[in-house]
Amino acid sequence: MTLANPSDFNGSLQPQGWLRYFSFSLDHKVIGLQYLVCGFVFYLIGGALAGAIRTELATPLSDFMPRDTYNEVLTLHGTVMIFLWIVPVVNGAFGNYLIPFYVGARDMAFPRLNAVAFWLIPPAGILLISSYFIAGAAAQSGWTAYPPLSLTTPAAGQVVWILSVLLLGGSSIFGGINFIATILKLRRPGLKLMQLPMYCWAMLGTSILVVLSTPVLAGTLILLSFDIIAHTGFFNPALGGNVVVYQHLFWFYSHPAVYIMVLPAFGLVSEILPVHARKPLFGYTTMVYSIMAIVFLGLIVWAHHMFTSGTPPWMRLFFTIATSFIAVPTGIKFFNWLATLWGGKIALNSAMLFSCAFIVNFVFGGITGVALAQVPFDIHVHDTYFVVGHFHYIVYGGTVFVIFGSLYHWYPKFTGRLLNEDLGRLHFLLTFIGFNLCFAPQHWLGLNGMPRRVAEYDPTFTTLNQVSSVGALLMAISTLPLLINVVVTAINGKVAGDNPWNALTPEWLTSSPPPVENWIGEAPLVTEPYGYGQHQEVPQEVQA
Amino acid sequence: MPIRTVLTIIAATTALVLTGLWVGNNVNILPLDASSNAPTYDALFKVLFSIGTVLFLGIVILLVYSLFRFRRPSGDLSDGLAIEGNLPLEIVWTAIPAIVVLFVGIYSYDIYERMGGMVNLNDHSAMAHAAMEPQARVWGGIGGAGMDAAPTGAVLPVEVTAMQFAFIFHYPDANITSGELHVPTGQPVELHMEARDVIHAFWVPQFRLKQDVIPGQPTVLSFTATKAGSYPIVCAELCGPYHGGMRSTVVVHEPEAYATWLQQNSPASTTT
Repeated sequence: MTLANPSDFNGSLQPQGWLRYFSFSLDHKVIGLQYLVCGFVFYLIGGALAGAIRTELATPLSDFMPRDTYNEVLTLHGTVMIFLWIVPVVNGAFGNYLIPFYVGARDMAFPRLNAVAFWLIPPAGILLISSYFIAGAAAQSGWTAYPPLSLTTPAAGQVVWILSVLLLGGSSIFGGINFIATILKLRRPGLKLMQLPMYCWAMLGTSILVVLSTPVLAGTLILLSFDIIAHTGFFNPALGGNVVVYQHLFWFYSHPAVYIMVLPAFGLVSEILPVHARKPLFGYTTMVYSIMAIVFLGLIVWAHHMFTSGTPPWMRLFFTIATSFIAVPTGIKFFNWLATLWGGKIALNSAMLFSCAFIVNFVFGGITGVALAQVPFDIHVHDTYFVVGHFHYIVYGGTVFVIFGSLYHWYPKFTGRLLNEDLGRLHFLLTFIGFNLCFAPQHWLGLNGMPRRVAEYDPTFTTLNQVSSVGALLMAISTLPLLINVVVTAINGKVAGDNPWNALTPEWLTSSPPPVENWIGEAPLVTEPYGYGQHQEVPQEVQA
Repeated sequence: MPIRTVLTIIAATTALVLTGLWVGNNVNILPLDASSNAPTYDALFKVLFSIGTVLFLGIVILLVYSLFRFRRPSGDLSDGLAIEGNLPLEIVWTAIPAIVVLFVGIYSYDIYERMGGMVNLNDHSAMAHAAMEPQARVWGGIGGAGMDAAPTGAVLPVEVTAMQFAFIFHYPDANITSGELHVPTGQPVELHMEARDVIHAFWVPQFRLKQDVIPGQPTVLSFTATKAGSYPIVCAELCGPYHGGMRSTVVVHEPEAYATWLQQNSPASTTT
């Protein structure tokens, strides 16, 4: 088959230079960077909201902002971080940039759908944030929007929230379809599935979850909006509705959403570790099977978010067992990464520091996760700060650390310049210390009686809350060296060359930044993306 | 494998497991245990903490050791060993988490059953006061207050109504309505809970128990208090602007003091 050549439709009509990042570009590399920068802007907004939360919680009294504002802030913080930062960046940004390279294609399978998927995000994000200013009151029922609370809080803000999440869910589904089609159908002739870099498998698994579960969330939120606007009674107990059904439907998406956020991170780490340890990825086949096992198990564990809800004993038991077993395929991946490092020649640069810290943080979050899966344990700490600590170890300590590591790893490919290592190490140190200071004490707070989503708390919890707030401040400061680094090195950073890490995966076998067609001439056939140590000289020539 | 390596691995693993057990047994980060299931919970917590410590320390030590031991000397452009996998090793580290998870699952099932968690919530013979709400189907919670060993009396039923932003406790037998929960030590208590507006959650950290209170769907929570004192009742489900302020107190009395409280607050005693 003839591969679509982007220069055909990306030709003279498209703006050149930096303007193409503000255009309806069909180039997967431009779209990937659009996702990345847009996501980072929302990360700063979500981070500012987190700063407001930690400022309120620096004192036991509700004295920093009005109580309903606090609920708006925590709702927006969760929604922004999940739907506008982590999901778009770890899937959309790196997926769009890397997947066509990895399968040997010149673009994604559906370039126009791809551009539509990205351009749904800025309006949805602006809509969400503006609800705070325009609709009078933004949604204040948490990112979970449980009815009946979401039916009784100011309706306009809640409806805008639903609309925004629907747009973002649509964007996610478009992206998922595109990734599945690209990975399965656009592979370069001669390239077998089991020769693909691990990130492809991670994105295939993630996209299956996106396509299966996101429509359920969309349907649920549409029903919820009917309840708010048309006063139907799907989830309104006053009209015979059932509030627990909403929770089942919501978590049928929102638990897989955790894997939609962490599986791509697993994939990215699997790319970074072999390059900087100069060793093949350990246990490729078991890695692939464990991704697929996580995808399957991820779909049948949702009710562990509902152990204290209206759930009968048998259901509590089933979901305990199913959830616990996710630890097995996840454990395989961590042991395989350790084995990848063992006996390597490790360069401990910023990309590696963030990747290794990811292992530490995620193992911690995984262990508290297995504990939370046990019904008797969960009944005490459910909906407390223990859970807040746990999931921040997963999504921040896990995924966000990987996003930063990936930025240091692929920035030379994106721009042709290397990020400054000293600033990178400073960024890492501030992030790692700030993160652990912020979230580790929260486990103790939860165990000892502090529920989540509160603006005020028992004064005995003051000290640890202040430690947590100091950690949050460090995390805020940690973005400064990153921002300085990105801006300064883009202008006069060290020139990277095509392949500064001597990596073997296909995105490095072209210029930095790559041409619109990805490769001049035919796409290289890379059958051993992790073939380190086999032939000591790195293949520089592009194979025909 | 050379014998020295084998011995080192065995010694390191033993030291790690012993450290984990020691840490798990000496960890003291839970609040007071004031209900009959709290010590059971704390035992589970210690087991989970021990296992967690062993796994976390083991992985972190391996990681940090690798980073130092296999750090690339500057100027070295060569690759590491071309090892792509090791099936027996991979089987081992699939089996270890599987066994750990299986053990934890069975153990926590046992704990949950001892808490009365597996009692059928709609078995009316186990519910002393099902007759109060003849049509109500219980949707969730922990029933089986009568399961506790050697209860000194019958089950004490209390009706709990949650609303923005308070809990109201009604004692059907004594016809008392109160904003605080008063219970005696040693007697199983069964809370029949329903919310009037939005979802709330009834949580007493010292009892290690929590149950959502849901509008339109009755839930139940059983416990036996063991230590006299006052403990906070905390709403744990986001319920509106004053969610953080939605708190009450459970006062656990010795049985005689409870009888006095009952006497003093019963409408029968004040009117006659």
